[in-house]
Amino acid sequence: MRRKAIIEKTANIIFLICAVIAIFAVCAITFYMFIKGTPALKQVGVTDLLFGSVWQPAAENPSYGILYIILSSLVGTASAILIGVPIGLLTAVFLSEMAGKRLGSFVGGAVELLAAIPSVIYGLIGMMVLNPIMFSIENAIFEGDPDHQFTGGANMISAIIVLAIMILPTVISVSTSSMKAVPDHLRAASLSLGATKEQTIFKTVIPAAKSGILTGVVLGIGRALGEAMAINMVAGGAVNLPLPFNSVRTLTTQIVSEMGYAQGLHREVLFTVGLVLYIFIMIVNWMLLRARKAGAEHAE
Amino acid sequence: MKKKLLAVLAAACMMTAAFTGCGSEPAEEELQGNLTLAGSTSMEKYCEALSESFMAANPGVTVTVEYTGSGAGLESLAAGSVDIGNSSRALTDEEKSGGEVENIVALDGIAVVTDKANTVADVTAEGLAKIYKGEVANWNELGGEDQPIVVIGREAGSGTRDAFEELLEVQDNCAYAQELDSTGAVLAKVASTPGAIGYVSLDVVDDTVNALTIDGVEASEEQILEGNYILQRPFVMATKGEISQQNDIVKAWFDYVGSDEGKEITKKVGLIIPQ
Repeated sequence: MRRKAIIEKTANIIFLICAVIAIFAVCAITFYMFIKGTPALKQVGVTDLLFGSVWQPAAENPSYGILYIILSSLVGTASAILIGVPIGLLTAVFLSEMAGKRLGSFVGGAVELLAAIPSVIYGLIGMMVLNPIMFSIENAIFEGDPDHQFTGGANMISAIIVLAIMILPTVISVSTSSMKAVPDHLRAASLSLGATKEQTIFKTVIPAAKSGILTGVVLGIGRALGEAMAINMVAGGAVNLPLPFNSVRTLTTQIVSEMGYAQGLHREVLFTVGLVLYIFIMIVNWMLLRARKAGAEHAE
Repeated sequence: MKKKLLAVLAAACMMTAAFTGCGSEPAEEELQGNLTLAGSTSMEKYCEALSESFMAANPGVTVTVEYTGSGAGLESLAAGSVDIGNSSRALTDEEKSGGEVENIVALDGIAVVTDKANTVADVTAEGLAKIYKGEVANWNELGGEDQPIVVIGREAGSGTRDAFEELLEVQDNCAYAQELDSTGAVLAKVASTPGAIGYVSLDVVDDTVNALTIDGVEASEEQILEGNYILQRPFVMATKGEISQQNDIVKAWFDYVGSDEGKEITKKVGLIIPQ
């Protein structure tokens, strides 16, 4: 009996320590990002930094405006969501409502595989396949246009396409499971009222699975916002306004590409870029919590 | 046959003697103290590599290098606050008349590369500057095919970018279509993008790309050693007075830089050893 109590207690302590490690890590990272990210904000000035559009950190008179970088991140993520979510949602409908067992498990397996592919592979394929295609489109559209700077196909659109594909697995798997969780009696009720299968799906199943789908979308936003490697390989990396055929740089790639040799204030500003990204991610997570909460209330 | 054997034996004996000699050297007189360097940010990679192995060879010495910029480094040297001033440009006459001695430890060369299919083989320095400033946007303006130029460069803070922009006098004036964060990435992108132009350290140029001649001068070690090629700069470790007048640690440092190990490091970071 005593022995059992001791084991219980030790197990408790081990669990507690594990939980504390996770909490400690979150707190430490938050603390560190704010400590490291705020000095440059003060030194450069909040407006000059966040709303300045000239990024010349190594110049004689350096300029640290990250507006275009923030915009690129936001436009890239939003467009990827606009393209990726409809595709993902319809795939989820197919998987949960229409596909038979064999086809379903085949498509499901493919989606899982898509999730497991490392982002550097997405980047590599984007670089080798997507960029040349984009370059020929760019050549066709802007032929003879002296004002357009040719980027060799490394542009915003390439980044958006890669991101849209990368968020698919998240959106699909979360949406599928939430649609599968919709009780069959709702479907039966809808069908018995004379609704067609499509009407049942769009008017009954999707609304019932709304909060789960929303969770998938928010997770997708998080993934798109935080992706660095693949974007770094396909987006060109020059700081520009996020127009479709411009070479762009996002918050993540900004840090990745310049941390190596940055020093002094330049380095501190990169930490501020990290802080901005971190705040965006916190907002996304807060949205996620709200979506889940809404889901929980709905279920009751 | 016997003679050969004898020679080999003799050589082996001498080598053993030489090695044991080396091994016992630090025991006689181990250097103790600090060595401070300040200056060029472009020399960071080189200085880090050198100081690391120098400290490994001389455990009693602590080397500190600050990367404040060439001008600031030479000022610190003039003020006597550091032992060596790093400069990635030649010293001005004014600086030299202040008693600073220009010790060139390495030469840095940058090659301009295009994709294999590009027919342009030579470009003027002026034309190159125009390409990077975005004033020339098509290869046909430079005698090539009608093909847009894709201007590829390195990220802000990169030493190669620093040097390139400084030597062409296009600092902070460049309109890059792509900014990549490694030499390898620039090389790969240029090789795979029709109409691309990029710059990389001379030592990494391979046959996947064309290296352009600038004003008719080929980007080669010989041309750089002769000082004909424009995209080159010296790496100077300036001292106040000749090296022979410096303290033992500074002397040991320059001995190390000139030694086989030092030269190995110089080559490893992609620099050229001056004659």
